[in-house]
Formats: sequence, structure tokens, C-alpha cells
Amino acid sequence: MLSVSFLLLVTVAGEAVADLYLTEASLPPELALSVPPVPTPSAHHQSEYGQSGSVRSARSAEDPAITPDHRESSHHGGGYKIVQWEWSYVQTPYIIAIWLLVASFAKILFHLSQRFTTVVPESCMLILIGLVLGGVVLITSKVPLYQLDPGLFFLFLLPTIVGDAGYFMPARLFFDNLGAILMYAVVGTLWNAFCTGLCLYGMKMIGVIDQKVEGGLMEFLLFGALISAVDPVAVLAVFEEVHVNETLFIIVFGESLLNDAVTVVLYKVYISFVEVGPGNVQTADYFKGVASFFIVSIGGTLVGLIFAVILAFTTRFTKKVRIIEPLFVFLLVYLAYLTAELFSLSAILSLTFCGIGCNKYVEANISQKSRTTVKYTMKTLASIAETIIFIFLGISAVDMSKWAWDTGLVSCTLIFIFVFRAMGVVGQTWFLNWFRLVPLDKIDQVVMSYGGLRGAVAFALVVLLDGNHVKAKDYFVATTIVVVFFTVMFQGLTIKPLVGWLKVPRGSKRKPTINEEIHERAFDHIMAAVEDIAGLNGYHHWRDKWEQFDKKYLSKFLMRKSVYRKSELWEAYQKINIRDAINVIDQGGNVLTSARLSLPSMASRTSFPEATNVTNYLRENGSGVCLDLQVIDTVPSAKVEEETETHHVLAGNLYKPRRRYHQSHYSRHFMTMGDQERQDREVFERNMRNRLESFKSTRYKRHKKDRSQKKRRGSDVKERDLEPNDKPRRNVSWQDKDPVAVPIEQDESKGDQSEPEKEEDVGITFVVRKAPDTPKERPKSVPSAMEVCQSPSAAPPSPTCAEKNLPWKGGVGILPVCVSMEATKIIPIDLQQSWNQSISSLESLASPPVLAEPQHPRVSALAGRLGGPVRPLSAVIPSTGIGAGESSTAAPARASGEFCFPGREEENESSLSQQQQEMQPLMSSTRPPPPAPPPSAQGAARRRNPCVYLRNLVTTPPGNEPYSRGPTQL
Amino acid sequence: MGSRASSLLREEDIEEIKKETGFSHSQITRLYSRFHSLDKGENGALSREDFQRIPELAINPLGDRIINAFFPEGEDQVNFRGFMRTLAHFRPVEDNEKNKDPDAGEPLNSRNNKLLFAFRLYDLDRDDKISRDELLQVLRMMVGVNISDEQLGSIADRTIQEADANGDMCISFSEFIKALEKVDVEQKMSIRFLH
Repeated sequence: MLSVSFLLLVTVAGEAVADLYLTEASLPPELALSVPPVPTPSAHHQSEYGQSGSVRSARSAEDPAITPDHRESSHHGGGYKIVQWEWSYVQTPYIIAIWLLVASFAKILFHLSQRFTTVVPESCMLILIGLVLGGVVLITSKVPLYQLDPGLFFLFLLPTIVGDAGYFMPARLFFDNLGAILMYAVVGTLWNAFCTGLCLYGMKMIGVIDQKVEGGLMEFLLFGALISAVDPVAVLAVFEEVHVNETLFIIVFGESLLNDAVTVVLYKVYISFVEVGPGNVQTADYFKGVASFFIVSIGGTLVGLIFAVILAFTTRFTKKVRIIEPLFVFLLVYLAYLTAELFSLSAILSLTFCGIGCNKYVEANISQKSRTTVKYTMKTLASIAETIIFIFLGISAVDMSKWAWDTGLVSCTLIFIFVFRAMGVVGQTWFLNWFRLVPLDKIDQVVMSYGGLRGAVAFALVVLLDGNHVKAKDYFVATTIVVVFFTVMFQGLTIKPLVGWLKVPRGSKRKPTINEEIHERAFDHIMAAVEDIAGLNGYHHWRDKWEQFDKKYLSKFLMRKSVYRKSELWEAYQKINIRDAINVIDQGGNVLTSARLSLPSMASRTSFPEATNVTNYLRENGSGVCLDLQVIDTVPSAKVEEETETHHVLAGNLYKPRRRYHQSHYSRHFMTMGDQERQDREVFERNMRNRLESFKSTRYKRHKKDRSQKKRRGSDVKERDLEPNDKPRRNVSWQDKDPVAVPIEQDESKGDQSEPEKEEDVGITFVVRKAPDTPKERPKSVPSAMEVCQSPSAAPPSPTCAEKNLPWKGGVGILPVCVSMEATKIIPIDLQQSWNQSISSLESLASPPVLAEPQHPRVSALAGRLGGPVRPLSAVIPSTGIGAGESSTAAPARASGEFCFPGREEENESSLSQQQQEMQPLMSSTRPPPPAPPPSAQGAARRRNPCVYLRNLVTTPPGNEPYSRGPTQL
Repeated sequence: MGSRASSLLREEDIEEIKKETGFSHSQITRLYSRFHSLDKGENGALSREDFQRIPELAINPLGDRIINAFFPEGEDQVNFRGFMRTLAHFRPVEDNEKNKDPDAGEPLNSRNNKLLFAFRLYDLDRDDKISRDELLQVLRMMVGVNISDEQLGSIADRTIQEADANGDMCISFSEFIKALEKVDVEQKMSIRFLH
């Protein structure tokens, strides 16, 4: 039966472990066909590996499954075999892969039913599956084939779990509670071990435990030592589903990690005592045992910390080889574990402290992608290791041959470990509460007592016992299995209801907000200061000292310079922004239509035609919805002084993407542009946020329509610009912004009477007025722009205007421009599809270039009015690529609608609102139904294709409306 | 706990302070000796200079703000009473305290008072609002010089935006409480005064 299932699974390629559900059925024929091409080399390999293969097969024991296969292959006889069965060649990796696959499938199965998994912890289900699988194997082959092999467990399975736990350990929380954790881990474990061992021995003396269970005091102490340690794997598995508050979790989990040293030492000491015989133990040996405890624990910690430093230091220099950053992390963390094992120190301690120690620096040094890789790989490995451990536990239990049941021993052990755990917890908590700021109350103590789960570590240790020395090994194995099953299954199953019943404060996995980040930092400073003032050298005092030391030396030494310079707060801020952006995309990535794509700056552009709504709009933004507008409102003219400085920033931001534009996108040297990349991402994130805000703020469908329209028009313009120019963005912004600035100022001064001639005049004056600025600015800050720019006449006024008008826009300023072409590069790969979609939609819209205007009579009206001033400008700029045809004049006009008010212009904004209010009557008069002919000549041309535009109008906004509310709640 | 220091402290003072702040007798005498050792002028009150002499405060980014918090508005001396009153904010919250005397009003170390203390550090002009500028100042203190004004500004904007519920572009105290409602303030703003 099993062999059948294996044959079925054989069809699945060995490497692809996880997600082959669908392909499984379709593969068999291909496999059969794919073998022939390589008969000779594989035959060679077979002879070469035959031996080792069979050796390996002895352990992982696949005999029953193999035999039929061999018979099958022998049918072919001599001569050239078309198909060869190479089982022994692939056997070992194959079996491993299939085990992983089975484990993964098991996970899928559990999570099919949502309700089921909330009641039954996964670990229980895995053990049950293991029992079933083990039963199947036992029935089919009559021989128990699989056991949780201690070597496998300690060398591969455990480090993946502990490594993951250590690396992602909330360090602050851990060290905040370090005292309690250490207390429970050391004192608690010792207490449990001694009491359990002694009492079991006492029971043996009394006769409750059968005489068949041979063993003296040392044997029972040994058993007590291995059975009393709380198990990290079990605790993780159960507590992760229970979601108790984080303090409780960290105490129990931290204890389970740190008690390893105690367990290891006790175990080794007792084993040596058992081996030499209790009579031969000298007093010095006890002291040696105590000494070895310190060596094992401190040594393990040191090894871990040393590797942490090595790892952190190494990642300082991986800037050019980003691709292997995760590998460094895995290797060095694993080496920390192995090295500790090598010197028989506490490997778990080493691994834990390596993870905790290196995390901060490594995360700061490696790239975002590497961070994600490390995280996912670690989680994947840990998850699969955990699954395998529990399944194997189940399977091992089936192996009755190694069982020796003694009811007395089993029941006594169960009672004792529970009772002593509870007593230990209560006693220690009573002691600890003298010192704790927030005392652990009774409910916490109940959960801690009940959460003392035993698990695979105990099992692996008991299996490792030497049956020759420890006569009662079989009894111990059986008892351990029962204890593990009882704690994991019964306690694991009931702890959730218990926690609910006791109303234990739950913790929710929640990322800190920026407010919390900032204020908690402030709290830390306050507390440190208060301790200093009060003359107490308390916790905060030392933590502050440590942080200063860290900042002065450690971080300097272990972090890249570029990273070290940056403040943690800024990092946190960015992280939060990234998270938000990703959330947005995750929740509605596919809804990112053209309207949705409307840029932050467009929000304010919208207000141009919507004169009545400007005030509303501002008010709405005032309510904290639109970040950009907040900037406008809150950073008033004070910014003017900073203009030069911010201008610099703006230039920097504008330039980088352009450089990248020339750059090969796939080059590995891409990595060398780390800073730039980061900056781009920053910009992208900020923009995503802003955009989000503006979505949120769009209550009016009309706004959205406008925006989408503009978007389209904008891309339209861009498209045309792109062709002749290397720097389309620049051109766009010039065109866009010049005319924009013109009408505003004009309107401001002249009121609502906006006549084309006047505007034209203004436009001219504007150019003239700005002209003096341009020579200064361009040579200084934008020299490269000059070289690349092919539009000579247009160049002088435009960059200055753009930058003058939007100096504080900085990063945001570039976005509108780079949507069509640059944005795709800045976007994280996973988001690219949605971007591409939206962009392609934009482009398709743009290709019939003139759709936009008719629907928005106000815009068109404006455009008509602006048409005058625009025309001269465009005439001045012949080479900018506006000449794409009929809408040469329209393009700037449109642009004026779109790009002139990109958000952050305070003056523009205010003047705009005035202007618009004044213009409102005019506009409303020219507000016929969409297709109505706009007063301008270009409008007529544009009306050509209203249907397309209409359709877009109809389709896009409804999608946005409901969506824009929810996810943007930040 | 020098006998000289505690001798300067009258028993009824101790009782009053005990009542007001909830510190124990030994804690009060202990802190009084600290107070006394800080008081270089030996005039029974601390000046700003006395605080500034504490070396750790010189390198605390918020040191000056915190020193200011010890002084009542408009004064530049703080007596032992005021000193203790400020320190009492950071006493850990004890369970049995609430039912001790329910009509005594909110104890100094309540969650709200702890938060209020932090809030006051930001709120320089005491208008019960953290404005963007006030926030920026504190941020600047905490991040050092490696962050540009622009970056800091965006952090401040984000912070205000996140916390601002009524759209006045400021963080009021209630908004401040709301923003930190998930934070374990009782623990994070408490220190253990030795018994």
C-alpha cells in the first residue's frame, strides 16, 4: 500500500516539494519517457553509488518498497535497457523529498477546514497523521521502519526551528524579561528535574512503580532531567496558535530555549554517573558537573555571539553580492549551532543568541529582498521541520517493539511533572514578583504551568540513551512518548479553551505604528533620565548605557556606513511605509486602474476645474487624509527659505531615475546602485502612500473621473514626449508647469476675467520674469539636464518654473512624470504586474490622444481659455515633441490642467481656490453634458472618440469607490 | 539614606509626601538623600543647573526637556515635594492601590498621568496640542543630524496624520492617548524604586 503511494509520488519531481498538487497526476508518462536518454551515465553512477546507496537505504529503510521495483527492473535482463530503474541511485534524496511532500500535504489538508484548525492545534493533527502513517507502514511491512532519529533531529530539524525562533526573537521583549526567563529556565528546570527524579525514585521504593523497571537513583534522576525540560518546539507550535499576550509567551518560550543548557548538562552528567556507576562517583564530580553547567551555558552563549559578530560583520561587505546574503545568514547561524555541538556546549543557546545578536545588524545591512528571502526561507524550513518532527513522533509511537509499559511509572510521571511544574512556577513567580514592574498574576501562572509542554527534545534524548547502561530505557521511552503525547495533545488541545475561559489577555500580532515607534523611544529616554535623576542604576539606566555603547562602537563596526548614518526612526518609518504600500497593493492591486493610479499631486489638480469643491477638498484634506496637502497646509511659506536646499533634493530625486533609465535593468551591477535604489523605493513608497490618501479623499466621483482623465491625458503627453527625448519627464514638467503657473498668477491678479489674450500676455511675462532665474539655476543644479535636453528654447524657462513651483515636492514631484516608464522599474517585482496593467491601460487610452476633454467641460473650458497662452509657448518649444499632431496646443493646455497643481504648492493652491471660485460661474455655464462641444477649437477634435472615454469613465470609478475607503485606513 | 539627609526631612513632611505620591517611607528617605546630594546649593531646592550636573542627562537626547518637566511653570526651583511629585509619575502601578482610597482622585502614577507627562514633553507651549513644529523639535532631538529636514518632516507628517482624529493637524492629548492605547504604558513608563 505504501509502495503504491510511493510509486504514485515517484512521479513528482524530487526537488519540487511543495506545490505539485496539480501536476501529480499528469506526470507519470513523462517520467517513463524521460529516463531513457541517460542510460549509460546512470549505469555508471549506479555502480559508483550502489554501495553507498544501499548503506543509506539501511537507515532510511525503504526495503519493502524497493523489492518490487527491483524485480521490475530485472525484467529487462541484459543488453541495452531502454528504461532503467535507478531507485537505489535516487533513493535517499527521494525519500526525504517525499517525506517533506507528505508533510506539506498534511498541512494543506488541515487548513482546508478553517473551523477545524481553530479548535485542534496543528501539532495534534500532525501527531495523529504520524500515528496513521506509522500504522500503515507497520501493517504493510510488518516492520516499523521509521523512527525519529536523534541525529537527524538534533542536527537538522531542531536547528531550523530554533534558528528561526532566535533570529526573529523580539529582542527587546526578551531582554526586558530576561530575569524571569533565566529564573524559570535554570531554577525551574533544576527544580523539576530533581523533584521528578527523586519522587519517581521514591515511588519505586514504595513499590508503586513495578520492579521490572530497573534503575537506581541515578537512572531516575536522569529520566527526571530529560522529561522535565519544557520543549521549544512544542511550546512554539501550541502557543503560536493560542495568542496569549507577548510577555507570557516570551517567558514560556524563552524558558524553553534557555533551559537547554540545564538539560544538556544534567543529561550528560547523569549519563556519565550512570555509566561509571553511582558508587564510583566522587565529590569532585559533582563540582565538575556544576562547573560544566557554567561552561556549557556561557560557552554556548559566547559561541553564538561570536558567530553573530562574524555574521553581522560579513554582511557589511555583501553590497555587491546581494544574491548570497541570505546564504551567509543561514550558514553562519547554522555553523554557530554546529560549533557549539562540536565543543559539546549548549547548541540551542548558541543558536538563540546568535540569532538575537545578529538580527539588528544583519537586517540593517542586507537588502530588502534578502530580508524577505531570509524570512521566508527560515519560516519555511522551521515550519517543515516542525511538521516532520510531529509526524515522526506519531510514527515512532507506533513502534511497539521498543515500548515497555508500566502504568505506575507513566501515571506517576504525568502527575509529578504537572505538579512540580505548577509548584515551581508559583514559587518562582512569588519570588520574581518582588522585582517585577508588572507582576505576573495568578492567571499568568496557571497558563505558564499548563503551558509547560514536553516534546521532541525529550523524546530524542530518551532514544539516545544507551540500553546497556540504562536498563529501564524501554520503560522510559514509552513513558516519554506518553508524556509528550499527553502534553502536546491534551494540554495543547485544552489550553486554548482554558486561556479563553480564564480571560487571559490576548496578544495580537500587530506592527507598531509610527506614533508608537516615536513615543516609545521617547519613553525610553524619559525613563533613563528619570532613573538617572533618581540616582537608580536600574534597568533603564543599563539599557541606555548599552544603547550608547552599541551606537558608538558596535553599530559603527557592524553596520554599513550608509546604514549606520540613518536613524532607526527613519528606518522604522520606511518600514511602515513599505508595509502600507504593500498592503494597499495586496488588497486591491488589480483595482489599480487608471483612475486609481491618479497621482497624489493630481488630487489637487482635480480641484482646478472643480472650483466649488476646492474648499471642500481642502477641508477634507485638512482632516488628515492627504499627506501631501498636509504638507501644504502645515509647511507654509516658511519653506521658501529652504527652497534652495529642497531644490537640491528635488534635483537629486529627479536625476537618479533618469540615470537608471540609461542603465541596464538586469545587470547585476544594479546592486551597486544600492543607495539610489533605496531612494527610488522611498519615493515610490511615499507616493504610494500619498496616492492612497488621495483615493481616500475622493468622495466625489467627479473628482475621480477628472483624475483618470487627466491621468490619461498626462500619459498622452508623456508618450509623445518620450519619443524624441531622452528625458521626457523633464519636458513634460516644463510644458505642464509653465502654462500652469501662468494662468494662476494671472488669475490671481486679474480676477476671474480670464481672456486668452491676457493669459497669453501673462504667459509671456511669466517667461520673461522667470528668465533671470534660469541661468543661475540650471548650470548649477541641473547641468546634465541641459546636455541631454534637446528642446533648447523651451529649456531655459521650464526647469526653473517647475522647480520653483514645486521645490518641496522633492521626491513626490517626480512621480507624476515617471509613471509611464520609470515607475515600472521602481516598483517591486511582485507589484509590477498590476502596475503594468494600469500603465498599459493608460497607454491604450493615450493612444487615441484626444479623448479626454469632452467629458469635463470645465477643463475644456479652461483649456479653451488657456489655449491662447499655450499656443505661443508650444511654438517656442518646437522640439519638445508636442507636435504629435492635432493637439499640439491642447497638450499644454491639458498639461496645465494636470501638472500645474501637483499638490504641494501652497500659494498655487490658495490662489487656485480663489481663482476657481471666481471662475465658477464661467465654468458652470460651460457645463453641458459630457459630449457637449467645448468652446475651444481643440475640443472639437477631441470629441472624436467620446465613447471610449465614456466607457472608461463608467468602468473605472465604481471599482474605486468602495475600495478607496477601507484599505486606506492607515 | 544618610542620617543627615533624613534628619532634615520632618516626619510630617514624609507623611504628606507619602499620601500624595504613594512612595513608601524608606523610598522617600532614600530619594531625599538623592535630592540632597543633587542640591549643591544646599538651599532645599534644585535648580536647573543641579540637574544638568548629572552626567547621564547631558547625553540624554531629551535630557533638557525632562529637566524642564520637573519645574513648575515659570519657576526655576523645585523643592523636594515637587521633585517627589514628578518622580511619582513613574512608580509602577500596583493592583492594591486602586481600592486604597478611591476618592483621593487619580493617583499620580496612573496611566493617564504617565502619558500626560510624556505629552508635556512635546507640548512646549502648553496649549494641549502637539503641533507639527513641536513634534519636529522632539524628533530632531531624538534622531540626530543624519536625517534631513525633509525626511524628518515626512515622519512628522505621517505621525500627525496617523494620530490626528479631528483634522486640526495637531495631536491633542486625547489623540495621544488613543495613538498609544495598545502600548503597555504602565510597564514602559515605570521604574522600580528600591524599597
